[in-house]
Amino acid sequence: MGIKDFAVRCWRTFSRPSVHFSLGFLTLGGFLAGVMFWGGFNTALETTNKEAFCISCHEMKENVYEELKQTIHFTNRSGVRATCPDCHVPHNWTDKIARKMQASKEVWGKIFGTIDTREKFLDKRLELASHEWNRLKSNNSLECRNCHSAESMDITRQNPRAAKMHETYLFTDQKTCIDCHKGIAHRLPDMRDVPPGWTGITSSAQ
Amino acid sequence: MKIRILLAAFALVAALPVLVAGAGAADAPKLPSGPHPMVQDVPADPMPREIVDDVKRTRNYADQPPLIPHAIRDYQLDLNVNKCLTCHDRKNSEGAQAPMISITHFQDRDGQALGAVSPRRYFCTQCHVPQTDARPITGNMFKDIDTVLRGKEGGK
Ligand code: HEC
Ligand code: HEC
Ligand code: HEC
Ligand code: HEC
Ligand code: HEC
Ligand code: HEC
Repeated sequence: MGIKDFAVRCWRTFSRPSVHFSLGFLTLGGFLAGVMFWGGFNTALETTNKEAFCISCHEMKENVYEELKQTIHFTNRSGVRATCPDCHVPHNWTDKIARKMQASKEVWGKIFGTIDTREKFLDKRLELASHEWNRLKSNNSLECRNCHSAESMDITRQNPRAAKMHETYLFTDQKTCIDCHKGIAHRLPDMRDVPPGWTGITSSAQ
Repeated sequence: MKIRILLAAFALVAALPVLVAGAGAADAPKLPSGPHPMVQDVPADPMPREIVDDVKRTRNYADQPPLIPHAIRDYQLDLNVNKCLTCHDRKNSEGAQAPMISITHFQDRDGQALGAVSPRRYFCTQCHVPQTDARPITGNMFKDIDTVLRGKEGGK
């Protein structure tokens, strides 16, 4: 029996109406299989969207995670904990896929060990941080706003220094959160060429 | 009868240190590591609140480093970045509406004014500190210059 015959027979079996199963069963079965496939896909995506996954890599655990633990986003009086994906992976479905594609670049980095020591991480930190700043700048600090929103911000309950800043630059849409709040979750790299949000003047340009 | 009185007396004597200590402890300052059995779990006091009301505090003498009236939690102060200077440096004070560091912060130890903050003034929290609402453990008998000059209680 040649390959062609085999293919033809397969096709016949496949295209012949089912003798043993009802149409209803098949439709339902197909539906369920679809659900399971979609669910599995979703679960896989969910798993890679958990903090435990992120810190399964020592680059993430020993550098950024250790630092995060010191900050207000790890423990606070409100008991709300910001995890890595809260700030780093957009909750929007399509953006999410796009981020995952980019993440395979990281897996590459892991395999080829581009950042296997603290020193190498620190050397690369400005570059990595800049990627994040640019991303948050271009989406108007979307991830921050998932938890904090300018609309619900009661500046009369903030201290005057914060209230004044927000009133002057945030509510007028001149600046976005990340312009002023860099380094709220991790230690900062050399900031000589990165201006603070409220001036736009860098230190090295003096 | 006698035995009962004796027992009561014993109980009283045994309780004496506790009673005395209790009376004393009422107004004595509570030392964080005061005398208590090592094996005993003493609940920690709640953390005192930071004072972050942005209100300037009186300086006790003219060259006292002013207290920091705002939050500085997680402010990074190292080789990479000096968070304080992002507001208090000369070029940033307008955008931040913060008081500029005074000329003394630009001077080296020979009084020579430098172009940027002097290295010996780089670590701001060496001299400037925020306050909390904790009650002082011991009283403070400091008198400022005006009180001394008035000579009523001080000046001797
Ligand atoms: C396989 C190990 C591994 C895992 C898992 C991992 N990372 Fe990374 N991550 C890396 C490495 C390596 C880099 C540096 C990549 C480079 O050199 O460009 C990196 C870089 C980053 C950056 C810098 C971004 C950029 O564009 O340069 C962010 C943000 C980040 N990771 C967040 C996360 C988050 C959030 C998770 C969990 C959802 C995660 N990582 C999971 C290894 C990992
Ligand atoms: C509250 C938001 C927030 C959380 C939570 C957070 N990050 Fe970040 N992360 C940022 C921001 C903002 C940056 C950009 C650099 C900066 O400002 O510090 C950043 C930068 C990074 C970078 C680039 C290198 C660097 O340090 O600048 C990596 C890698 C990273 N984050 C990984 C993680 C991982 C892994 C977790 C979870 C353990 C995490 N982040 C949790 C906000 C967050
Ligand atoms: C998972 C929700 C969540 C996300 C995402 C998040 N935050 Fe927060 N943030 C919090 C909580 C909770 C607090 C602490 C509130 C409190 O108890 O005072 C906080 C506190 C803060 C503070 C106050 C710090 C202080 O010392 O008082 C700033 C500033 C801040 N966040 C900025 C950001 C920025 C910028 C981002 C985006 C990069 C961000 N947050 C993302 C939940 C979040
Ligand atoms: C022009 C700069 C600027 C922008 C833009 C800005 N902030 Fe702030 N924010 C500040 C300053 C300055 C403070 C007070 C100092 C500090 O906490 O470091 C502050 C304080 C805060 C606090 C603490 C409030 C308190 O009473 O202590 C939170 C929370 C916060 N910002 C969140 C945000 C979020 C979320 C955004 C974006 C929606 C944002 N900020 C945008 C400058 C800014
Ligand atoms: C976001 C901008 C900002 C940052 C960052 C900042 N400050 Fe301030 N600081 C101010 C403003 C504005 C005032 C004026 C009073 C107020 O609003 O709190 C002030 C007041 C002060 C004062 C009181 C001055 C006086 O005349 O009484 C001191 C001292 C001070 N800051 C020290 C520091 C130190 C030290 C740091 C770093 C640990 C720091 N500041 C970080 C904005 C800032
Ligand atoms: C060696 C101790 C010392 C260090 C370090 C120091 N200061 Fe001061 N600072 C002082 C003293 C003393 C004064 C008050 C007298 C004066 O102006 O010199 C002062 C005054 C100030 C004032 C009020 C200025 C004014 O004109 O009202 C500000 C703001 C200030 N310092 C901020 C800072 C900042 C920000 C840093 C870190 C870059 C810093 N200081 C480092 C001792 C110090």
